[in-house]
Amino acid sequence: MTNRHITVRNRSGTVSFLWEKRAIVILLSLVAITSVCFIAGLSIGSTMISPVAVVKYLLGADDGEHQFIIGTHRLPRMILSLLVGAALGLSGLLLQGIVRNPLASPDIIGITGGASVAAIAYIAYFSETAGIKWLPFASILGAAIVSTAIYALSWNRGVTPYRLVLIGMGMAAATGALTMMMIVLSNTDVAAKAYIWMTGSVYGATWGQVYAMLSWLVVFVPLALLLNRVVNVQELGDDVAAGLGARVQWQRLGMIGISVALAGAAVAFAGAIGFVGLMAPHMARKLAGRSYAVLVPVTAIIGGLLVCSADVVARTAFLPLDIPAGVFTAGIGAPFFIYLLFRSRKPSR
Amino acid sequence: MEALLARTFSKTAGLLAVAILFVLLFLSSIAFGQTPISPTTVMDAFIRYDPASTDHIIITTTRVSRAVIAAVIGSSLAVAGAFMQALTRNPLASPSTFGINAGAMFCIVLSVTFFSVTSLEHYMWIAFLGAGLAAVLVYFLGSLGNDGLSPIKIVLAGAAISALFSSFTQGMLVLSEQNLESVLFWLAGSVSGRTLDMLEPLWPVMAGAGIAAFWLGGSVNLLALGDDIAKGLGQRTILVKTLMALIVVVLAGGSVAIGGSIGFIGLIVPHMVRSLVGTDHRWIVPYCAFMGAGLLLLADIAARFVIMPREMPIGVMTALFGAPFFIYLARKGVHK
Repeated sequence: MTNRHITVRNRSGTVSFLWEKRAIVILLSLVAITSVCFIAGLSIGSTMISPVAVVKYLLGADDGEHQFIIGTHRLPRMILSLLVGAALGLSGLLLQGIVRNPLASPDIIGITGGASVAAIAYIAYFSETAGIKWLPFASILGAAIVSTAIYALSWNRGVTPYRLVLIGMGMAAATGALTMMMIVLSNTDVAAKAYIWMTGSVYGATWGQVYAMLSWLVVFVPLALLLNRVVNVQELGDDVAAGLGARVQWQRLGMIGISVALAGAAVAFAGAIGFVGLMAPHMARKLAGRSYAVLVPVTAIIGGLLVCSADVVARTAFLPLDIPAGVFTAGIGAPFFIYLLFRSRKPSR
Repeated sequence: MEALLARTFSKTAGLLAVAILFVLLFLSSIAFGQTPISPTTVMDAFIRYDPASTDHIIITTTRVSRAVIAAVIGSSLAVAGAFMQALTRNPLASPSTFGINAGAMFCIVLSVTFFSVTSLEHYMWIAFLGAGLAAVLVYFLGSLGNDGLSPIKIVLAGAAISALFSSFTQGMLVLSEQNLESVLFWLAGSVSGRTLDMLEPLWPVMAGAGIAAFWLGGSVNLLALGDDIAKGLGQRTILVKTLMALIVVVLAGGSVAIGGSIGFIGLIVPHMVRSLVGTDHRWIVPYCAFMGAGLLLLADIAARFVIMPREMPIGVMTALFGAPFFIYLARKGVHK
């Protein structure tokens, strides 16, 4: 037992991780795959650049030849897609932990919908006067308002996961109707812009967006890690968790808060990229088991890898067209979802 | 559930009242709009048609067909919703939660983008196909698993299938912006700009399904007692279920084909009806037909006025009313 695990904990036990050694191997290989994908993504596109030149550029040994294509265009886009994917994956991981239903994800229970409504309202009514730079705040605000509403409406002497999901789906429908209404009311030009945004795209990413997204992750990923014991206990079910002395409702509120912040930020910078929040946690669980402390980094990397590779494909498959990455995440995500439903036939889970 | 109308006499009277309400709404749907037309002119247009009168032309060319289509769609969706709820024993089942709208939408946009289909009549059959496909897919996916068709699973399956279809739809629309405008209004659901010819290929099938629904009422009641009891009483449950599913696909698919994505009518109306007449499907079906038609006519009238002089897509109207109702149902607690 002892030689298969590594324990990380402080003296009082507030921070306590149990890592399997196998998990480290998995983590390292994921990092390797992601790096390969990252470099490949930087080198292909309408102008091909050899991977050697890319690595040279990344190491700072470039003479400025590729500064524009890589430094200004591809690099921020790739990094942003990694960050967005990581945030979406973690958001889904937390939600699935709360709901204890493997089919939950921020897009299905309406969080993404709230962000979309706010963002499209902003695109339609304010972007002319105030510029595009406040869009992220609008969409995070929207996600927060809708999630608060979902939470408040599900409250009836405590929030049960079941009610939370159903009410979230009602909210998803309502926000969908509002979005549709705004698109129909606005002119075609705005409608097309809003449609691209809704499908999810990291087109035209800038370094400013990368830093902004990074700051959200820097705050919330450590928080998500700190919650690791909480999530492990919550997954046992409300009664067992309460019996173990967990303050179930408060902890649930905290988890939802982090999940919303991560999803809202991701939607703000890249639009409603679907299915990542659903897929990444499952793949992570399949690879790395059920220990939450391992799942956090693994899910984050897988989420990043998914969005990043989807974007590379979307950007290059139909040159010169630049398709939103969200179309491809849905393309992978939907069959995956069907597979999940199939697998849930087995009594083991 | 305590039914409001308990005795046969009061149920009959109630049905009559609902029918009268429907007729009134139908007439007001013809009378109200951008050009208000007085009720007497409306009656005139039916009784002694005058080709020289603009009002009469408006009535016969646009208003009547619009009202008829709204009524057909409303009642089909409501009956389909009632049957879906009975079939899946799930109070949250309805054409929109089953992803039928999204499935139909996807197939239409696919055919517009890749096969350059442009006629509304072809849209219908394609939408029909997509609707059936989505319904079968969601029902199948939702019924996998050890606990069978649990409400939450089927709703999740519906949501996921909807998400899948709509993101593909969005992807295709992004690829070809010029198609966006032509299908957008259709996507949001609308009963305007439809002519009665569109009903022509569909109405025999849909009317047949409606009559069959009425005729099946008693069997549905039996089935509602549970599969085992129904079997024990000599019912061929598989046959009844298949018939119900067929009726649902025809009614829901047909109405999505004509009107696009109009949600929540199929969810709300059966609940309203059950609180009036209880759980007897021989009564539920006719009540649903009239109330569904009435509600959609009402939503359509409202859709013309909220943002005059433009029109709100009717699907947006029903979703704005319906989503709070869905939330209310979820809050009330759905246990079985």
